[in-house]
Amino acid sequence: MTGNPFPKFRLTGLLLLLLLAFLLDLSTGTIHIPLKDIFRVFFSPSGADPTGYFIVKSIRLPKACAAVLAGCGLSVGGLQMQTLFRNPLADPAILGITAGASLGVAAVMLAGGSMATLYAIKELGVTGSWLVITAACIGAGGVMVVVLILSRRLRDNVMMLIVGLMIGSLTLALVSIWQYFSNPEQVKEYLLWTFGSLGGVSGSQLSILTLVILVGLIVCVLSSKMLDALLLGESYARSMGLNVRSARTIIICSTSLMAGGITAFCGPIGFIGIAVPHIARSLFNTSSHRILIPACCGIGTILLLLCDTLAQLPGSQTVLPINVITSLVGAPLVIVLLLRQTTAHPW
Amino acid sequence: MVNTVPSLLSARDLRTGYRSGAKRIVVADGLPELRLQPGQLVCLLGPNGSGKSTLLRTLAGLQPALGGTIHISGVERWTPAELARKISLVLTDRVRGNNLTVGSLVALGRYPWSGWLGGLNAADKASIAWAIRATGIGPLLERKLHTLSDGQSQKVMLARALAQDTPILMLDEPTAHLDLPSRIRLMRLLHQLARETDKGILVSTHELDLALQIADEVWLLQTGGQLRSGAPEDLVLNGSLESAFAEEDVAFDKVSGHFLIYTPQDKPVRLTGEGIAFVWTRRALQRAGYEPVSAAGREPGASAGREPSASAGREPVSAAALHIRVEERQGRTVWLLERGAETGEFDSIQKLLQAIARK
Repeated sequence: MTGNPFPKFRLTGLLLLLLLAFLLDLSTGTIHIPLKDIFRVFFSPSGADPTGYFIVKSIRLPKACAAVLAGCGLSVGGLQMQTLFRNPLADPAILGITAGASLGVAAVMLAGGSMATLYAIKELGVTGSWLVITAACIGAGGVMVVVLILSRRLRDNVMMLIVGLMIGSLTLALVSIWQYFSNPEQVKEYLLWTFGSLGGVSGSQLSILTLVILVGLIVCVLSSKMLDALLLGESYARSMGLNVRSARTIIICSTSLMAGGITAFCGPIGFIGIAVPHIARSLFNTSSHRILIPACCGIGTILLLLCDTLAQLPGSQTVLPINVITSLVGAPLVIVLLLRQTTAHPW
Repeated sequence: MVNTVPSLLSARDLRTGYRSGAKRIVVADGLPELRLQPGQLVCLLGPNGSGKSTLLRTLAGLQPALGGTIHISGVERWTPAELARKISLVLTDRVRGNNLTVGSLVALGRYPWSGWLGGLNAADKASIAWAIRATGIGPLLERKLHTLSDGQSQKVMLARALAQDTPILMLDEPTAHLDLPSRIRLMRLLHQLARETDKGILVSTHELDLALQIADEVWLLQTGGQLRSGAPEDLVLNGSLESAFAEEDVAFDKVSGHFLIYTPQDKPVRLTGEGIAFVWTRRALQRAGYEPVSAAGREPGASAGREPSASAGREPVSAAALHIRVEERQGRTVWLLERGAETGEFDSIQKLLQAIARK
């Protein structure tokens, strides 16, 4: 609120960095495409090299867009969870939504493991399959419904946090049982899915994911005043006229929608959700959600685009799983930021 | 006079407590009618566990009453958003860092009045500026919450509540963790606010001494849930205060308005003299386990300066084997100790006490 003038310059700077990271991500890969060719793809398609045009338009551009969407959704979801639960370790996966998506995928890949399913997965790629996406959506949605029903019954956000964690472990236990009784090849397919991938989202899938993330972000922006009030804890929030239960439902809906959608389309991507809110608070030095939400979108997107660039291992043919890179890059970044802070306890 | 001013808050037949599933845990039942008037400072006193916080939270609408009615400005039903424009709170909940600055925290007090995205208009900003001035936290505005001391933190939370600009202000043990001067300053500020802004202020506190000095009315909760209300002086005179804390093994001294740390003993000492030195000698003797008795036939208040002897006339003076006289000689205080025929002369209370102990 006041005392926090809108940091136009820093947000604009973030936007410029984001554009740079976006272009960098488009130009790196197994085939290096120089920046000027990328500009040509966008501004004079006729003059572009057809191979490069195809690679950028149908492979790298959707992948970079998926990175933008996932970066925004995961970091804003993490911010919402950290504020709602007043816990610096909360992330979008904390309510078990991600685990629910995993359960859906595991059900298809491991138990349903008929030849037809496996064939479909092989044909369409692990993450690109509508079957996998639908299964993940059903799993995430199922857990979200359970969480919301429980959320209406619980008074306390701390209890909600514990219940969310329990649902998460319960769901993952079911996945483990399935893994235990499945043959190694099926388990490997599932494991590949858990590494996450931004590359499998294309065409109509991208539009659906865009819609899901947009709805989640709009809900989050509309609830930014509630999030500010929740910083003071539930009693104070209630004394200022906030209906804590409705606020919790709205915030959980927004986060679940984004986290569930991203996990369904890209597989589980860890670390962005937990790290980016900390980076945003540290860089923008504020607690106002009106500023933190766009800041998280920017930082999350930049981080995920850079991670994706690194995952291509510039100059090599290998592609590392995105889920590994986010932790490799994110963890040291958070440690450095915490060490740089002169005052103790960012929380 | 009470009937001509409309009550900001009135509660009738209130029953406070908790619902836990189908069970109800009653903390206080059948409370007498409670009224909070504009410009009035009410202190809610009571031993630990008597249900002060529960009553305060119930009146504030943070938890439902198990029975009875609460009217705010004469109306019983309020939505949370409407209630937030009537009652502001300072709670015992610790608000942690979260990167929150003092300025943003105080601004959050405008939550019930600001637009749907939290934008602030001129009226909001004026309220915030007034709250900052009233509490004197101007120099702290850029500080992060976790860098504040307990006293600063309490003032900031008060500023947030003032920015909320409500006719009723409730504070739950605002003086806990504060040093004595800060406690006095905070209570004085509340007293001033009640007088100057016409707010009705309800403070739950353990600061009996301070409450007796500044409260317009005291609500005294007893363990077991009875509540007595009245002017603080009335509650002292009719023995309510003494009996409220009677279960604990500390005694309330009606005369000084203090709790006594020592347990009264039956070693009578005859004490005569006057002025401040007399009062402090009496305290020293009480600490050392003696029961000072004033000279027979004397008006207790006349010689004892501002603070008359509590035990005058209770013990037969003749039973005292010791007689201590406090005298003023050429601007110096001298203590004379008569034991039978012996007489000793001392120039400090410490030496006097040592002499008594040696006997």
